[in-house]
Amino acid sequence: MDVIGVALWVMVAGYMGGAGLALMAPSPRAVRVITGIGAVVGSAAGLAAALTVLATHRPFEVVLPNLAATTGGVAIRLDLLGALFLALVAAVSLPAAIYGIAYTAAYDGRRSLRAFGLMFNGFLLGMSLVPSAGNVFTFLLAWELMAVTSYFLVLTESEHSDTREAGLWYAAMTHFGFVLLVPMFLMMAPGADATTFADLRAGAAGLSPAARNGVFLLAVVAFGSKAGLVPLHVWLPRAHPAAPSHVSALMSGAMIKLGIYGLMRVTIDLLGTGPEWWGGVVLVAGSLTALVGVLYALAENDLKRLLAYSSVENIGVIALGIGAGLVLQSYGLHSLALVGFGAALLHSVNHACFKGLLFLATGNVVHRAHTRNMEHMGGLIKGMPQTAAFFLIGSAAAAALPPLNGFASEWMVFQALLSGAQIPRPEIAIGTPLAVGVLALTSGLAAACFVKAFGISFLALPRSDAAARAREVHWSTRAMMAVLALGCVVLGLEAPRALGHMYRILDSLSPFPGAAPPSPATSGTGVWLLSPNGIARASPLLIACLLTLVVMVVAIAIRARGLAVRPADTWGCGRIRQTPRMEYTSSAFAEPLRRIFSELYRPTEDLSVIVHPESPYFVRSITYTSQVVPWLERALYDPVIRGVRTLATYVRRLQAGSVHVYLLYIAGALAVAFVSAWWAE
Amino acid sequence: MTRYLVLAGQTLVAVALAPALAGFIRWLKARLQGRRGAPPWQPYFDVRKLFGKEAVVSHTASWIFKATPFLVFGTTVVVASLVPVVVAQVSPFVVGDLFAAVYLLLLGTFFLALAGLDTGSPFGGMGASREMTVVALTEPTVALSIVALALNAGSTSFSQIVAHTLTQPSAALGPGHLLAFAALFIVTLAETGRLPVDNPSTHLELTMIHEAMVLEYSGPYLALIEWGAALKLLVFLTLAANLFMPWGIALSLAPMALLIGLGSVIAKLGVLAAAIAVLETRVAKLRLFRVPELLSVSFVLALLAVMSTFLAR
Repeated sequence: MDVIGVALWVMVAGYMGGAGLALMAPSPRAVRVITGIGAVVGSAAGLAAALTVLATHRPFEVVLPNLAATTGGVAIRLDLLGALFLALVAAVSLPAAIYGIAYTAAYDGRRSLRAFGLMFNGFLLGMSLVPSAGNVFTFLLAWELMAVTSYFLVLTESEHSDTREAGLWYAAMTHFGFVLLVPMFLMMAPGADATTFADLRAGAAGLSPAARNGVFLLAVVAFGSKAGLVPLHVWLPRAHPAAPSHVSALMSGAMIKLGIYGLMRVTIDLLGTGPEWWGGVVLVAGSLTALVGVLYALAENDLKRLLAYSSVENIGVIALGIGAGLVLQSYGLHSLALVGFGAALLHSVNHACFKGLLFLATGNVVHRAHTRNMEHMGGLIKGMPQTAAFFLIGSAAAAALPPLNGFASEWMVFQALLSGAQIPRPEIAIGTPLAVGVLALTSGLAAACFVKAFGISFLALPRSDAAARAREVHWSTRAMMAVLALGCVVLGLEAPRALGHMYRILDSLSPFPGAAPPSPATSGTGVWLLSPNGIARASPLLIACLLTLVVMVVAIAIRARGLAVRPADTWGCGRIRQTPRMEYTSSAFAEPLRRIFSELYRPTEDLSVIVHPESPYFVRSITYTSQVVPWLERALYDPVIRGVRTLATYVRRLQAGSVHVYLLYIAGALAVAFVSAWWAE
Repeated sequence: MTRYLVLAGQTLVAVALAPALAGFIRWLKARLQGRRGAPPWQPYFDVRKLFGKEAVVSHTASWIFKATPFLVFGTTVVVASLVPVVVAQVSPFVVGDLFAAVYLLLLGTFFLALAGLDTGSPFGGMGASREMTVVALTEPTVALSIVALALNAGSTSFSQIVAHTLTQPSAALGPGHLLAFAALFIVTLAETGRLPVDNPSTHLELTMIHEAMVLEYSGPYLALIEWGAALKLLVFLTLAANLFMPWGIALSLAPMALLIGLGSVIAKLGVLAAAIAVLETRVAKLRLFRVPELLSVSFVLALLAVMSTFLAR
């Protein structure tokens, strides 16, 4: 057994130890520390295993045939793609686990931290095993472990009715996905005893086109429900705010990426090249997801819901990369397809980094401001300067601003889509430029959204007493944010090298071996991000250097002249004292865009003015409430929910409560079993 | 080495010319409206005066407010270094392409909007909100214009687009190019805060977009922001001039070619600036909620540009 095997065993042992010992620890403090230590050991070992595989380019494989033997045994196979996602999961869980030790102190004595420790470590174990799984049984087991434990984590604050509702939505959506996964794998599996991914890959080649299309569509819907593709995204803005912040960071940064992992594993690796409409489906879904995600994020006043919608948007950007890749692949343009898939992988990693950071920072903010509503924040940059700086870095990265990491991956997605526009088919030559337009609009709106998120929460005067008194939280939480912020910067500056790794990972997958394109795009060396034909290029590192140089020169020149600064009040047309009520609010900031896209938001507005009885010109009070109701969700889900309810009332008749009826059921089931056994003979 | 010097020199020329361009438009507008107007070089005096003054900073403001002018000026200078102003063939040392330029400008706007919110002034917030709205809505048009150009040239690199247009002059007059030019011109008006989207000379707070956002700035900070804004205008006009009508641009580093390049870019900028001055004299400012209609027109133009590029192939 080599290093990787040992590391994986340590990973499993760490998570299981953390889960088990947390149940037995004596005091709340001990529970928190043990939960954290188990998770840290597990994720550090997982990270080590994944990085070793990525560095050596050698897949790791181990089969435990005696464990659950009837289902084909537990098989672990960590190839390069799996290792990337394992590294992603571990890299987010390591800081989140350390952050959680101090963060969960707020729950001391209020809630069972033991159960939380069990679920937290179980969740991390499930997420780590999903990309490591080598056969269908292991994959589904890990997938379900991840789903169930995260459900309980979402329910941590179950005394709120919102949280319970969020949990219900989450459980329903995640099991909807699971229900589709099983037939998808059944359609692919060539035989009951051949369920490893290698068997599926071999079997997929012999499937009929109709069956391949079916598998593809099932994969898009099943994994899309986990990743949050519109209209399957409904659980994200509910579950993310309900969960504790470090769990939100894990769900948003890591868990939804496993939906992307599943989609890429099944479509690119197992199925291989498909017809071009596969790419079209993913492109349309990606465009819709990106646009709807960012537009709802913009209208949101709840900081964590805003971040959740922003995750939906980023999943859309990733899907645009995958879609471009699928289209190009169907035309045999493997080297160009590589750019699309590479951009998607890079954006997955980048999003994990900056969204993890943003959720951790939001955790600290919510902890101090005692609210998630941005309308009650403001001025936090004075009391929490470091948290503010980290949140700013995360925001700039999420708005895809150079030289941070979001920029590099969006640039590559643009280049991949542009390659698609070269294909001489009208629907593709018009469709991909439209996708470029959608992506550009999305990034512009994302910039507006994060100006609002940072500007309203952290700048100007505090809008509540809690916000005015806000101070920094425990140093360990800030250290973990610093790690992720550094990740955003390094991944941005070193994006070409990171992209080179992504290309190598894709090269190792079955449809690409030997397809190593001659263009410099795959070399990924140096400081340049290159377009597929190698002509257009951009260098985040050089942009950063040049920008720093110019800013330094100008700053020194102005300092040398002497810069006299006089503090004074904000100018306000002659009024005496500035109050927070004069500031622009979160709703006001989003108002122009809310009006422009009113068809999507369809806000309900309620204005009541109470005037003086003597004259209508003297106003006593004005009450204005406005709410954005996601009508798209209602239109789609309300009929489904009603249908399920109706069905449930019919099904309830089966549960008559009479022992005789139940005996009849048992007899009937036995008869069916006998008949089917006889039939099989 | 010479190439580095030429690149640095061309960037400095752009930075130095920027106030004159803004002053020229202002002067010409005044003449067209029958006023005498300040001379075109007036912005240089303004900038010098502002650099000598003290800056007034609100108690409410944080470091973001003080850092923003440097960042805004810095990003605009970096973008200016990407754009082929006088010479086209310096590509090995240009650090980004068209998309990178767009995102760099977005970086400046991002911080400017944050600075608008930072002082807690309602005008700042209003300006920030409106500016981000307009910028977000211009992005798709900018991207599609880039696509239309890139489809012809096969790349989003500045020098490649210029080189391609020079070798195929017929493409420059094709429908794809003309439509993309029209789209980009409308976007230029919106991005640089000109009429009919924003009025650069208004001092009525409720109608301002860009000016409301920078209302709290004074002294050297204001000088940097105004200079940056003028440079942004110059960069956009240079893009419109040199990507669509690159004739005259220097292709070698010979002194004569560089002189012709400089002369031609000044002439082209003069024509475009005159067009803006005439336009600003002729049209009234649009209501804020009519702006999206104008921008969707520009988006459709850009989409038509892409489609005609495809059909022409």
